[in-house]
Amino acid sequence: MVNEVCLRTLDLERPWLMEQYQSRGGYEVLKQVLTEKRAPEAIIEEVKKSGLRGRGGAGFPTGLKWSFISRNAPGQKYVVCNSDEGEPGTFKDRDILRYNPHQLIEGMILAGYAIGATRGYNYIRGEFWEPYERFEQALQEAREAGFLGDNLLGSGFDFDLHTHLGGGAYICGEETALLESIEGKKGQPRYKPPFPAHFGLYGRPTIINNTESLASIPMILEKGGEWFADIGVKNSGGSKLFSISGNINNPGVFEIPMGTPFSELLEMAGGMKDGRKIKAVIPGGSSAPVIPGEQMMDLNMDYDSIAGAGSMLGSGAVIVLDDTNCMVKTLERMSYFYHEESCGQCTPCREGTGWLYRVVHRIESGQGRQEDLDLLDDVADKISGKTICALGDAAALPVQGMLRHYRDEFQYHIDHQRCMVGAG
Amino acid sequence: MTVTVKDKTELFSPQICAEIDRWIAKYPAEWKQSAVMGALMIVQDENGGWLTTELMDRVADYLDMPPIAVYEVATFYSMYELKPVGKHKICVCTNVSCMTNKSDLIVEHLEKKLGISFGEVTEDGRFSMKEVECLGACGGAPMMQIGKQYYENLTPEIVDAILEGLE
Ligand SMILES: Cc1cc2nc3c(=O)[nH]c(=O)nc-3n(C[C@H](O)[C@H](O)[C@H](O)COP(=O)(O)O)c2cc1C
Ligand code: SF4
Ligand code: FES
Repeated sequence: MVNEVCLRTLDLERPWLMEQYQSRGGYEVLKQVLTEKRAPEAIIEEVKKSGLRGRGGAGFPTGLKWSFISRNAPGQKYVVCNSDEGEPGTFKDRDILRYNPHQLIEGMILAGYAIGATRGYNYIRGEFWEPYERFEQALQEAREAGFLGDNLLGSGFDFDLHTHLGGGAYICGEETALLESIEGKKGQPRYKPPFPAHFGLYGRPTIINNTESLASIPMILEKGGEWFADIGVKNSGGSKLFSISGNINNPGVFEIPMGTPFSELLEMAGGMKDGRKIKAVIPGGSSAPVIPGEQMMDLNMDYDSIAGAGSMLGSGAVIVLDDTNCMVKTLERMSYFYHEESCGQCTPCREGTGWLYRVVHRIESGQGRQEDLDLLDDVADKISGKTICALGDAAALPVQGMLRHYRDEFQYHIDHQRCMVGAG
Repeated sequence: MTVTVKDKTELFSPQICAEIDRWIAKYPAEWKQSAVMGALMIVQDENGGWLTTELMDRVADYLDMPPIAVYEVATFYSMYELKPVGKHKICVCTNVSCMTNKSDLIVEHLEKKLGISFGEVTEDGRFSMKEVECLGACGGAPMMQIGKQYYENLTPEIVDAILEGLE
């Protein structure tokens, strides 16, 4: 059971074309919903039943999120898609945009119909030029076919959709920073509450969902929430796109049922390169705490299994590291990233990420001090939960994970001013 | 330094104006400012890959924004360049998946070949190098972006071939 939802057209020759998408029944469920005038509440109910949880990282139930919008409140509402795909290790939304843009468009129109929004934006990261062009081409096809614009297929429902291009800032993947960015400002997260469902884009009620979440909607409505839920396991409905990379033979994007054993995913990805030993896995994007390879081999790819090992499924970005990797150097690179990408609004994040990077950097370069590991614990604790957005936690979590499982490696660096891995 | 022009169409060439107008049309009429990111990118591309203060001021005038609001955007996002870059801006990802697939060898190779490091431009202005964060293509690590194009699964030999193929 692979490629059943978002990548279901991947075997076609040019799956990004309208005609090819329609050859697999694309846009049929939209037509049905519009002609039968299906009740929006029933759609939201179906999405709830599906057990779909946000694929952007936080895993919030999508149906529940949609039900927070007061559908009949007057005035403009918005559907926003998050195609910023910036979490290191994640490269799945790029494939949806490149290979199945119409399914995302159909999903966004259906989301608009369900919450009573007549306008949508897809925020695509600025570096994704090829996916952007594919998506734009698909938009044009959809417009010409009457799936976008006024009075869709004579139903009286209007919906239009546009792309916004990012400018290279990880923080714009955070939903409120993303809204600021569409408004033509610096991407600095807003205080919540108010949540976007009440005060979103241009101050209007807005739902924001990840590309994969929205692209899953047409299949959920076509085959039913239960069908989707049953693909996965308890608390983790459906299948999921996993971006797997690192020291493996066949890195790539795999759409497989939630709950699939990690060992099977690793096998699909060709196993370890050069027959090396698996050392560690970062299971859900670089913010997810690391899990030792051996432990990972016994886990399944679903929310509960990964959470039970003290980490998170996040965006489904799996980074596999073999025994030639130095964990100090790995953490140094990650800490550099969060420090660079902090928007600087809150002191614990702005200062704390700098501290984390500088301390890990000095340990890595053989200048570590005995008190440094306690210092890292302390700084990470002082950031966690004390910031406007989750980037602060995202910076602290990998540090805590590394120290939990690889403290001896850090200690060795401090004691011997060098690495215990290989000759490095 | 603010440009004061009555007729906005004098700020840029007709073609650039038309491109910016396409972005403006995507947003509510009272939110022209939403087009600032698109406009800056268009103007930057037209100017050989970087933004001058004068260009940012013109964008501000075109979109009825205070210049400071445009500078804030241009300095916040990493894809806007405020200093000249090479005709080909080579962006190399060094984040974890690329790092563990030896992006450092790619960086070293480029440095030796071009005689520049990150943040520098070759004397003939043809190339510049920039270190970037994960570009969402880790399955093809190590990777780089030149202009709008991604290049994946790099080796030093592949890098040579790519650079030779550029104008
Ligand atoms: C620092 C930061 C970066 C994020 N980056 C992304 C991203 O690139 N793509 C994404 O879909 N969600 C990202 N998120 C999560 C979004 O804030 C939001 O939860 C998500 O887009 C909601 O959609 P979902 O419920 O469908 O997952 C990020 C969050 C934070 C705190
Ligand atoms: S936690 Fe960091 S990134 Fe998030 S708002 Fe605060 S300073 Fe900005
Ligand atoms: S780590 Fe280099 S593209 Fe993701």
